[in-house]
Parts: sequence; C-alpha cells; structure tokens
Amino acid sequence: MVIKGKVHKFSDDINTDDIIAAKYLVSTDAQELGKHCMETINPTFSQAVSPGDIIVAGNNFGCGSSREHAPLAIKGCGVSAVIAKSFAAIFFRNAINIGLPFLESADVDKINNGDIVEIDLATGVISNLTQSKLYKTQAFPNFLQEIVESGGLINWVKKSTKSQ
Amino acid sequence: MGYTIAEKILLKHSGQKSIRPGEFIQAKVDVALANDITAPLAISEFKKSGFKKVFSKDKIVLVPDHFAPAKDLKSANQCKILADFAKEQGIKNYFEIGCMGIEHALLPEKGIVLPGDLVIGADSHTCTYGALGAYATGMGSTDLARAYIDGKCWLKVPASVKFIYKGKLNKWVGGKDLILYTIGQIGVDGALYKVMEFSGPVIRKLGMDDRFSMSNMAIEAGARAGLIEPDEKTKKYVAGFKRKPKFYYSDKDASYEKIYEWDVTKLEPQVSCPHLPSNTKPVSSLKNIKIDQAVIGSCTNGRISDLRIAASLLKGKKVARGVKLIVFPATQKIYLQAVKEGLAEIFVSSGGVFSTPTCGPCLGGHMGILADGEVAIATTNRNFLGRMGSPKSFVYLSNPAVAAASAITGRITHPDKIK
Repeated sequence: MVIKGKVHKFSDDINTDDIIAAKYLVSTDAQELGKHCMETINPTFSQAVSPGDIIVAGNNFGCGSSREHAPLAIKGCGVSAVIAKSFAAIFFRNAINIGLPFLESADVDKINNGDIVEIDLATGVISNLTQSKLYKTQAFPNFLQEIVESGGLINWVKKSTKSQ
Repeated sequence: MGYTIAEKILLKHSGQKSIRPGEFIQAKVDVALANDITAPLAISEFKKSGFKKVFSKDKIVLVPDHFAPAKDLKSANQCKILADFAKEQGIKNYFEIGCMGIEHALLPEKGIVLPGDLVIGADSHTCTYGALGAYATGMGSTDLARAYIDGKCWLKVPASVKFIYKGKLNKWVGGKDLILYTIGQIGVDGALYKVMEFSGPVIRKLGMDDRFSMSNMAIEAGARAGLIEPDEKTKKYVAGFKRKPKFYYSDKDASYEKIYEWDVTKLEPQVSCPHLPSNTKPVSSLKNIKIDQAVIGSCTNGRISDLRIAASLLKGKKVARGVKLIVFPATQKIYLQAVKEGLAEIFVSSGGVFSTPTCGPCLGGHMGILADGEVAIATTNRNFLGRMGSPKSFVYLSNPAVAAASAITGRITHPDKIK
C-alpha cells in the first residue's frame, strides 16, 4: 500500500489529550472525533487537513491515556498515516489493532512541515517528494504484519479461531 | 539466565516453555477491565465480530467511573451500554454507582486482581496493580474486544528496568514523591515499552497505598507495567480473598536492561510542574505559585491513607479564600471509612468539597473543570496541557500533604510550613 500526502509536523511527547481531549470521549464516531483532533494544541488542525495528509512527529507520539479514540480521531479527520521517531506503547498497539498506518523513522527531523511525502508500507520506504530524498525504515515484525494484513486484530482473531 | 517477576508471570500465562524480551506471545488473561469511555468501543467491536458469548462471566470487569455519575445525556448513554451488556452477558463484576469506585482502587480492594495475575485494562493506569506483584497493563478497546472473544491478548515481552531506592524517607515524603522523582530523572519516555521494577529497602517500608501510587504512574514514564515483588505486606493485603494469589519473585540472575539506584534520604516532597509529569521539582524550590484549586483524590492518591494525611493538615484549618478544595475518595468503602473516622467532617469544615468517587476532575471530565488561566495543585497523575479543563490552565502534581498544605495557604507550600 502506498500513501501520499502533505506533512503536518508535531513535536515530541504529543499526548492523547492533545490528540483528542477527554471532553469529546462521549462519542465513538471517528468522523465526530476527527473534528476535534489536535484541537488543544492547534484549534484549526482538522480544517487544515486534506484527506490523505500525513502527521510527522518526534519521540513518544501518543503518550498518556489508552483511549483508542486517539487513533480513531486521527483517521476520522482524514489523516492517512503517522510517522514518528517513536510511539507510546498503547498508541502503537491501538494503531495496529484498528489499522491506522504508521512508521517509526529516525529521519523525522529532515522532513519539513508542508513537504509532500509518499510512504510504501510494504517496503517501509518514505519518499520525500518535495526534497527528492528517500528514508528507509524498519518493516514491522511478521506478527504485526499479519494483523495489518488481516485488516485489524478482530479479523485476525476470527481467522485464527477458524483455522484452529 | 533467570527471569524477572514480570517475565515469570508472562511465561506462566503464555503456556510456552520459555520467553525472552522482544518476543510476541499470546497470553491468557485473568482480568479484562474497561470503563465507561473505553467499554462502549470494546462492546461495539465485540458485537460487530459476530461472536455471541463472552469468554468468561467472571473475568470481565466493567466500571463506569470516568463520567459517572453520568455528567450529561451522552455519558448516561455510554454508561447504559455497560449496564446492558453486563445484564445480557451475565457479567458478574459490573459496578453501578453506589457500589462503584475508581477502577484502580476498586479492583484490589475487592480482591478482583491478585498477585501473579495477568490483568489487561482499557485504561492506561491499569499498571496500578503491579504494586501487588501482578502483571497489569493498559491496552485499547479493540484489545478488550479480542479478550472478550477468546480470553487472550497479544504482547511483546518487554525488557525490565530495575529501580532500587535506599535510605530513609523524610516526613511528608511517600510513594507519590518517589515516582514523581523517578519520572523527573528518566523522562516521560524514560521507560518506553519497558517494565519498571521498584525495589530496595525504601519500597519494603512503604504501605500498600503508597505502592499503588508508584505503580499507577509507571505509564507516565512510558512503561508497560510497574511491578513490586510481594512481601508480608502484600500477603496481608490479599489474605482472605476468595481466589488464591500466586507469588512470583525475580531470580537473582534475572536480566535487567538497566538498574538505577538512588539514596532518597534527602528527598523532599516533589511537584511536577506544567505541562509534563517529568517537570519535577522539590516543593521548596517553588516560590509564590498561587493556586485556584486543590484536588485530592484519583486512582493515584484517593486511598484512605492519602485522605488521612490530607486531613491531618486540614484539621482545624480553613482553606484559603478564593481556593477551591475538592476531595474525592476513590471508592465507596474509602468514602465510608473517611466518614467514620471524621475525615469527611474535617474536609467539609475546612471549606472543601467531599465528592462521591469519580475520575471526573482528573481528566477534565466533570466535578471541577479548570477555567482559563486557573492553576491547580492535584494529587492526580497527568498535567498535560488542558488535562483538567481549559488549555489555558496549569496543573501541578503532588502528594496529598502538599496539596492540603497548599489549599490552606493558597500557594504551593511545603507541609512543614503548616503549624
């Protein structure tokens, strides 16, 4: 799968309260949550996103709460993928489980706000089309790829229960 | 090479012959917890999956505590999803308000989580139960939905990091100060994807309430879990519960990715300044920080010993003019105990509010939202931008003694200053 979009840059330690504030957790609807994505730190973020855009952030992206509403809000506002130097553990598994594409990359600092980048999830290669640069990332371990290829954790469980 | 306590519990629940850090395992869970924010998503994923019956009526726990008692119609509808699902599936451990409590205080108190358990919870502070010597970790709603189906979860076995605390604690210094200090030293991703193991003579002297406060905030350093090996105090705490605990201990030759050792004899009460739990400073270094609100409670510090400490300072005193003091005990049992001991009377007489158990104020849900520009000192666990309300407000994290002392003076204050 290849994803192409405009970059929205964020700093280190973007927490789940930044991504979706607790007051909006009275809904589980991705579109509704998406309207308030990143609102605390950037009130106009959801309007600035065009479908397919990509979030690029520093270390520890998604730290804080276990709320799956965070990756849902990111998906719901139209963001197609997240690239960060590192991800908080619960956010990491939530993104895998619900099928939000993401990549860990050490080259985040080389990517600028507004750059157009293309991500090849199968190879883990990020192409910065604006700067004509390529960044390589580690592919997911086999087990995680299985979940992604199944279309999320629940489908993976359904498959593995059937095969038993 | 031996195993750490965390690795032993994961090994036991994986059914494998051996495990090593970095390996993916499928493990059987003893307890699968969710609340009124995370359960509705888990339940809807479960229903969409086509499976009809949950894997166990005893191992699933549903606690409406975040926006409960329901703060508005949408929250009421979310809480009702839990009630309906519990009824439909015959889930035993569903706690309606009246027998409800903040989940991470309630489950140990009821003996639902025990040493040696593998506990997953769709709430990041599920790591609290590590204080019992359980492997307890926060996950998302879809993980819970999966556990509802087959009683299992996927885990990548984390490496362990050991923290040894030596020396003797000063008065007014407890588990909360140790964990704030620790996060201050290593940062909010200082234990990213690791297990923190808290040990040493200082930990052995801590009571269970202080240990829960420490394990509770392991997530604030990015950790998957925060464990304390069981001892006589743990055994006493869990004696008498119906289900039997299993005690695991780290082997002498267990492998740790890193070992930190600190003498904490000179440690004074710690305060984490806005807007990260790692912005930790000794309380006496904070000069003239005026507060509008003091919040004492939560899954971190809403237990009876926390309330006793706060009450010992507030007895016979008045909350400073212009300061709002909100005290919220974590469970009904703690609430009742506070009434019996006269603590509730002290809080109310001092000019504070004594609330029913709820997570409300901690996450800016309800029961004390901060206005633009307001400053709070709180015994809660997160001080992220806008965490307790307005994105223009400021949250300082502390232990209950500092919060109570600050409520009296109206400024962040060392409890020693209260005569």
